[in-house]
Amino acid sequence: MRSAFVRTLVELASRDERILLLTGDLGYLALEPFIEAYPSRFFNCGVAEQNMAGMATGLAEAGFIPFIYSIVNFSVMRPFEFIRNGAVLHNLPVRVVGVGGGMAYGTNGATHYGLEDIALMRTQPTMTVIAPADRDQTGPALRATWNLPGPVFYRLGKDDRALVPGLEGRFEEGGLQVVRRGSDLTLLAAGSTAFETVRAADLLAEKGLEAQVVVVSQLNPTPPGLRALLAPFKLALTVEAHYITGGLGSLAAEVIADAGLGTRLVRCGVHSLPDGRTGSQAYLFHRHGMDGGSVAQAALSALQKGSLNAA
Amino acid sequence: MTTPPTLSPIEIRRIILSQSYRAHVGHIGSELSVVEILAALYGGAMHIPSPEDPDRDRLVLSKGHAALALYACLALRGWIPMEQLNTFTGDDTLLGVHPEKALRGVDFCSGSLGHGLSIGAGAALAARLQGSKRRVFVLVSDAECNEGSLWEGVMFAAQHKLSNLVVLVDLNGQQAFGYTRDVLDLSPLAARWQAFGWHAQEVPGHDPAAIQAAIQSCSSPAPHVIIARTTFGKGVSFMENLIKWHYWPLSEAEYQQAMAEIEAAA
Repeated sequence: MRSAFVRTLVELASRDERILLLTGDLGYLALEPFIEAYPSRFFNCGVAEQNMAGMATGLAEAGFIPFIYSIVNFSVMRPFEFIRNGAVLHNLPVRVVGVGGGMAYGTNGATHYGLEDIALMRTQPTMTVIAPADRDQTGPALRATWNLPGPVFYRLGKDDRALVPGLEGRFEEGGLQVVRRGSDLTLLAAGSTAFETVRAADLLAEKGLEAQVVVVSQLNPTPPGLRALLAPFKLALTVEAHYITGGLGSLAAEVIADAGLGTRLVRCGVHSLPDGRTGSQAYLFHRHGMDGGSVAQAALSALQKGSLNAA
Repeated sequence: MTTPPTLSPIEIRRIILSQSYRAHVGHIGSELSVVEILAALYGGAMHIPSPEDPDRDRLVLSKGHAALALYACLALRGWIPMEQLNTFTGDDTLLGVHPEKALRGVDFCSGSLGHGLSIGAGAALAARLQGSKRRVFVLVSDAECNEGSLWEGVMFAAQHKLSNLVVLVDLNGQQAFGYTRDVLDLSPLAARWQAFGWHAQEVPGHDPAAIQAAIQSCSSPAPHVIIARTTFGKGVSFMENLIKWHYWPLSEAEYQQAMAEIEAAA
């Protein structure tokens, strides 16, 4: 996902000299194509993310489009007030790139999880929040949004192998992609959980339940089409590598409540504080109920259709 | 070449005292402390053909709580109407306690200490990348040097030799809940900036000509810091170096006395 992002950024930078890339000393074996192509437009700001975010304000005010890059907790949480008072308050085209959204840096442990970054960024009125679901959607998502007038947050995963079936690199207006049609319930996924969410739909199909699967790649502003995709269903599940508060689950809850829909919502995501036990992203998804089997079971339980493993 | 405008510190002080008295708000001591620094900047040191000129010099008033002193300069330069000062801290005003970019002449919003130098470093880097001779000035408080993020910007600016960046430190020795020497002692402040690779000067902070001369001498390839030795509450005897004037508004009697002292010094 990082490689696709950087490849696309190099392509855009060749067309627009306003694009700059700043990093907080991360991006080894990822950012090199940009550095080689545009050495004078790349700045390693050192391990100093607050200064990097503040500088982006000064650069963007003068007409540049600075991309600031780090692991999601260092690019969003550490300098959040600089982003709020800078890019957001001045409504400038700063691009915050956070790699490792969710639990992509699994074994690095809880300090390296990004479980509240969407919540933080989604509160900011001018901030567009984009979470590509796989490698092939990353380029199109960037091409569709890089030139927006206000700030953008790109939440990237790390997995380059798992491609979401049915997505085929689409990034549609508003960031909503229906990757599977169904009429019994709907599943909504953001970012790295999309692949497992489609797997959940496969498992539900084996039980005779047809689920609509929507990949939500824009989490702010609220995609205008979300209401229509939720309205026909009595049950919706959101699946995200994020705390269940503030992210996709909350977004869906807001849409349902604002529109007065009768849809029941089940939020799959991280429900409690990480307890110190860590592991791969796959392990953590299973542990926190975001893998395909857990999501399918959550749907069956909500529908009182018994157990996934029952005959 | 046109003669640069001059700004009168006395007029700035009159505005600070009368508007903070009218609005019944504090931060008066911090505002009086930076009067001559801003008079030097807006009275000639900064090149600003108009506040809309993209190639104008920029100011980040990083100690945003001194905004009233900035508003006074903007009005005296004619960029905002003098009557607009009467909206200071009222409802629906663009003149809050801290500056907002929506007000003509304000380059950046500020109010959170430790942000301004980073913004200024970005603005200075932008000017260099654009091949512009414009300069970026950042006015920080001495206590603001407590903020770790400030030193992040100090390191970046030195590493990249942002010689178009000029930081002015309002060294009034006082912070929100104590004297800086008692809270986190910053001395020797100039030596600390020098150790980070900056060109550092110390000037008497209530002498606009000395401040302008220091700015004119900023020609080394390193970024520049001018440490202005100031007096908190300068010009009003009962305010000088007393923490309560970080917060307190003026009573009528205090206002009359303060104005009398300012006029007597004129």
